[in-house]
Amino acid sequence: MPFLEINSVNKVFQDITVVKNFNLHVEQGEFISFLGPSGCGKTTTLRIVAGFEQPSSGTVRLAGADITTQPPNRRNVGMVFQSYALFPNMTVADNVAFGLTLRKKPKDQIQRRVRELLELIHLPDRSQNYPAQLSGGQQQRVALARALAFEPQVLLLDEPLSALDAKIRDELRVEIRRIQQRVGITTIYVTHDQQEAMALSDRVVVMSQGLVEQVGTPFEVYNYPQTSFVAAFVGTLNTLSCAVVDAAQGTLACQGQVFETGAPIAHPAGHALALMLRPEELRYGPGGGQNRLAGEVLDVSFLGATVRVRLKLGGSTLTADLFNERMLVLPRIGETHTFSFPPHACWIMPQQPAN
Amino acid sequence: MTNGRRATFWAWLWGLVGLLYFFVPLYGTLDFSLRAKRGEISLLAYQNVFGDPQFLASFAYSARMALLTILISILLVVPTAYWLHLKLPKLRPVVELITLLPFIIPVIVYVFGLIRTFSRPPFLLTQTEWTTDLLLASAYVVISLPYMYRAVDTGLNTLDVHTLTEAAQSLGASWPAIILRVIVPNLRVAILSGALLTFATVIGELILADFLVRPALGPYMVLMGQSRAYEPAALGLLSFALTWISMGLIQFFSRGGAALHPSGR
Repeated sequence: MPFLEINSVNKVFQDITVVKNFNLHVEQGEFISFLGPSGCGKTTTLRIVAGFEQPSSGTVRLAGADITTQPPNRRNVGMVFQSYALFPNMTVADNVAFGLTLRKKPKDQIQRRVRELLELIHLPDRSQNYPAQLSGGQQQRVALARALAFEPQVLLLDEPLSALDAKIRDELRVEIRRIQQRVGITTIYVTHDQQEAMALSDRVVVMSQGLVEQVGTPFEVYNYPQTSFVAAFVGTLNTLSCAVVDAAQGTLACQGQVFETGAPIAHPAGHALALMLRPEELRYGPGGGQNRLAGEVLDVSFLGATVRVRLKLGGSTLTADLFNERMLVLPRIGETHTFSFPPHACWIMPQQPAN
Repeated sequence: MTNGRRATFWAWLWGLVGLLYFFVPLYGTLDFSLRAKRGEISLLAYQNVFGDPQFLASFAYSARMALLTILISILLVVPTAYWLHLKLPKLRPVVELITLLPFIIPVIVYVFGLIRTFSRPPFLLTQTEWTTDLLLASAYVVISLPYMYRAVDTGLNTLDVHTLTEAAQSLGASWPAIILRVIVPNLRVAILSGALLTFATVIGELILADFLVRPALGPYMVLMGQSRAYEPAALGLLSFALTWISMGLIQFFSRGGAALHPSGR
């Protein structure tokens, strides 16, 4: 039996359905991310699990018990907020101890637990500081310790790194995963940052307009997107308008060039489709596979580990990511270069109507 | 003279005029209060005031009423303002307007309304001392509402009430625990400001106590003014000093609050 079950949850605000038929089963100790753009319903779903919102229909079950109508303070669910939400009048130690004090735990047990958690978040010497005396990253660590202190059954994190600068965000991301694995707590993490979701999660739930688009491991979601939204939202994606040339052979024509997809296509010749290709699948030169394309270089961005090249292919623009190496001769703007990719690197989807 | 210097000159001049306008009458009152003994400066008027058991009794009564008023105000205003911030933000302008009514309705009109309503059945409150005191304290709560509500409302504006509430809830806090352990401690300075303003208002209040015939400091001061010469001046200054001490305490504790939260959050 799954540890956390979200069954057929819908949430309607006035006339707008913000969560539509949300179903998810989470195993104990799993790290799940809700990923999607603003307004996709991810935070609302998290708040339903926390008990801050009541679903319009559907149920939430935790460890076999129906908690749908239980108030948030009876749920035994820890939460970390984007704005840290530390109590400004309390020291770090008092903040961390708050949940335990409410549960009337013995004083020595509380002190021991607070010490343990401050060690875990690497802030053992800050116990007597007030939140305003800490940096944003430190405050968020304390918020994490506070949410874990009373040993909740589930940990919920609502965009906890959004208010931090890039370097701290990267450090804390690693910390969150380390702490989650060490404690072994079932975790739901809400983010609009796909890298964060990928780096942290056992499974990612990609959402759009209140609907679950796909649930899968980061590898599955990135490499085998099930909808065009997932394909476009997760990672950078090249989309080329194509027409089927030979359905049995699995060949397509795009901007006057013919590509093999490596599998038969279930559409007749002439049918319009979209060919999807990740930038890192394109190789500089003809040696990357039997599909070749020649494009005019529009732009070259040196990013350190990679070099991003934008190419003009007929009326479309393609992005190719090249691995940096010291012997690499960078393509120049205006030059025409050949890039290649193997048939299995691309996939096809129905063509999206133009917006 | 450059423009900047000219502006500074005028700023100083008007500042000085303002100070004189404010302090000259005070100085006059102080000087007068010290001349109770013919031909010499003495504290006789102050000695008389402090030596008068009626002064001490009326001051003690007003102080007790002020504390009762503060207690009722806090119990009424803090949960109401908190709930408005949390659940009914659209109603805030309406409530703000209601809290300003004591500034608009003259106290004399208000006290007649109180007497008419509460000295006849079914709300017969003016028959015994303690029910009259309760009525007086309730009336003080109303006239000090603008100060207490504004202080608490401003304090709540500096807090992220929603998130703090949800954080406390997720940690297992009930509503009373949230208000007592999270909201009130973070409103300490705001509540104290409101309380001191309420104290200053109640201590100097005349009309309500006079018309409800209660032995408060305001009616005592008027009585003294009718029968004595120097003591009312001394009383006036004492009352003024009390208000200033209250203001000073507000400043002191507000700074303390700022020091606790250096980031200004």
